[in-house]
Amino acid sequence: MQSQISDRLDATFLALADPTRRAILTRLARGEASVTELAEPFAISQPAISKHLKVLERAGLITVGQDAQRRPRRLEGKPLAEANAWLERYRASWEASFERLDGVLEELTRSASTRGRRRPPSQMLRRAGTKR
Amino acid sequence: MTMAKAQVTLPSDREVKVTRSFKAARPLVYRAFTEPALVQRWLLGPPGWSMPVCEMDVRVGGRYRWRWRSDKDASEFGFAGTFREVEPPSRLVHTEFYDPGTVGDAHPQGEALVSVAFTEESGGITTVTTLIDFGSKEARDAAVATGMTDGMEQSYQLLDALLSDRV
Repeated sequence: MQSQISDRLDATFLALADPTRRAILTRLARGEASVTELAEPFAISQPAISKHLKVLERAGLITVGQDAQRRPRRLEGKPLAEANAWLERYRASWEASFERLDGVLEELTRSASTRGRRRPPSQMLRRAGTKR
Repeated sequence: MTMAKAQVTLPSDREVKVTRSFKAARPLVYRAFTEPALVQRWLLGPPGWSMPVCEMDVRVGGRYRWRWRSDKDASEFGFAGTFREVEPPSRLVHTEFYDPGTVGDAHPQGEALVSVAFTEESGGITTVTTLIDFGSKEARDAAVATGMTDGMEQSYQLLDALLSDRV
């Protein structure tokens, strides 16, 4: 189970490792597109684009739409959502620690400013006058 | 004022970068990262784990040892390493070795290098940037298998952008 998810994530991240493939996904996030439409913005051949599309398809990141003539490619959200959820878990574990750290820092800041206030006001003024 | 949440990005195929800002003066943030009694209060790992061991000899060449224990079954794991750069209150660099403890899973990751930068922003804000260099793609991908990180090449922001209007 765990390794199945891990394998799927590997396929997703491998597919995402290439800038052209990421650009294709970004384009497909705006709506489905044919291979010709997808090839347009890139300075590479249509067969090269087709190769990228195959990698994305194998990873389950895109599917081929109904229209038999255009064969439009469309983005599949689920594997991306899985990859995102994985990174989100990693991020969330850091965030949980950092939220506790917020509390520790608030306490340190409070006790530092309490110490500051104990100085006689005249001394504070003199310091403010001499420094900067 | 609420701080933006932690951001995770992948600057290269052997690194992970974590960035977070705190509403506190830089020397205090540095203290919270280097005084064991303070570290022990926030670096607690997953929910249900405590940090019974936190030893840190914060000077160049000094060692540290962190260990976490599960409240449920008392299993333990940890990290240990050596401080390479100690520049209060702006920078801390240390090595990091995984200590399987009684959890005992194979975690083939070798030595990772962790660089922590403390940057002063305006308005009493301090940004902490943690860069973890696993040394090689293989080592990082090995860490992936434990669920700690993953063999990713692109940033969280990219996924976020891709997903924002689709999922």
